[in-house]
Amino acid sequence: MINETFASGNSIMHGIDPRLRLIFAAIFSFTVALATQLPVLNQALLLSLILVAAARLNLWDVIKRLGVIWGFLFLLWLVLPLTIEGEPLYRLGRLTFTRPGVFLSLQITLKANIILLGFIAMAATMDLATMGNSLARLKVPEKMVHLLLLTYRYIFVIEYEYQRIIRAAKIRSFRPGTNMHTYKTYAYIVGMLFVRASERAARVHQAMKCRGFKGKFYSLHEFSISWKDWVWSAFMLLCILLFLYTEWSL
Amino acid sequence: MNNNQPIINLEKITFGYPGQKLVLDNLDLKLYKGDRIGLLGSNGSGKTTLLHIIMGLLKPLSGKIEIFGDTLTKKKDFINIYQKIGFLFQDADDQLFCPTVLEDVAFGPLNLNKKKDEAIMIARRTLDYLGLSGFENRITHKLSGGEKKLVSLATVLAMGPETLLLDEPSSGLDDGTKQKLANILNDLNISYILISHEKDFMADLTNKVYVIDKGKLSVCDKIHAHLHTHPHISH
Repeated sequence: MINETFASGNSIMHGIDPRLRLIFAAIFSFTVALATQLPVLNQALLLSLILVAAARLNLWDVIKRLGVIWGFLFLLWLVLPLTIEGEPLYRLGRLTFTRPGVFLSLQITLKANIILLGFIAMAATMDLATMGNSLARLKVPEKMVHLLLLTYRYIFVIEYEYQRIIRAAKIRSFRPGTNMHTYKTYAYIVGMLFVRASERAARVHQAMKCRGFKGKFYSLHEFSISWKDWVWSAFMLLCILLFLYTEWSL
Repeated sequence: MNNNQPIINLEKITFGYPGQKLVLDNLDLKLYKGDRIGLLGSNGSGKTTLLHIIMGLLKPLSGKIEIFGDTLTKKKDFINIYQKIGFLFQDADDQLFCPTVLEDVAFGPLNLNKKKDEAIMIARRTLDYLGLSGFENRITHKLSGGEKKLVSLATVLAMGPETLLLDEPSSGLDDGTKQKLANILNDLNISYILISHEKDFMADLTNKVYVIDKGKLSVCDKIHAHLHTHPHISH
């Protein structure tokens, strides 16, 4: 479930206007994703580490988050160096690891980690409610923002209902195994969860109607940009311009 | 609407869910200004259904619904009623759907076309009144059960209703929060219909109690008689 481990704090990063953080998180990600030169990725890695340090996040929690993609990247390292054609780099029996394959794997690994680190430092340092309101201020379509906010609001309620159903099954000695009984039980649980979620949605809609809902949501969050935000934005802009200069000059 | 006219007047209301026997069977109910009606009944007896019919969330099979002197038949007739009658849902998680407390409490006033600043002012004033100052930026799903219930009441009161429909407001609350809620409701100069299974709570907060059984309402005197046998409870 959503723990929002990094959302609270009083670091420099937490104090920057959320809208600016989201804008730069997006620009930073695109720049990194489109970069082709290794020096650019090294610079971006350094910047992402600086941002994480500035956010004063628990290192172990950051590594745990990165660990989510490392499994996927490991699979790429197993496959790409052996399947991309090009100059051989190393031979192991009948297996040939190619230079372009290793380079591509390295690029993808660096890019994925840099983007994730950047998002952890810039986006995960705000709670989802703030993110939703920031997106609304950035003119992201209202329906998408409210879909995000309502999902965030009710995912905890649905999780609580899931835990209740699971508890009810466990106290009647349900032990999952590889058998038809387990599959059937899980099918019932998921089905019941859908039914309850649907009933919940109907009740929430009724509650909204009773409070005069006319199809429009309102955001009351107020944001203000201070000199710190401008300084940080200028720093980020300079870094991104440096990446672009390095990319094109090499 | 004159003072002798009931705020809510239900005549011969009949309702049943598809494939089931009638939940409400030719039921009559009148709520006058100053009335504080308690509704008792076993589970599934139709108490919540009755409140949903008053709010237009369910359409009766037959009968007449008259609220503030107007006869309401179509769904759109009820839109104007939402401002005048506040409905507190049984489960606070159904009622609170905005990310923060302030946004949730201001949601109703904004729907009533109040300006943003005015809606925020109303929301803050309501939260202050309920002793919830400082809750403005709290995330709604992270509130405790009692806090959720009080914030739910704030969302309803922020719309300035003339009448309340309260569906088991005390369920799941500890004694302290229950007492706080009872004090708030006692201080409100407002008519309401209250559903509760807790007899002391109901006795303390109502001046008339009905029991709903087999789709019909009957007066229940036992609750207030019960009150007099408990000297620690006072109106």
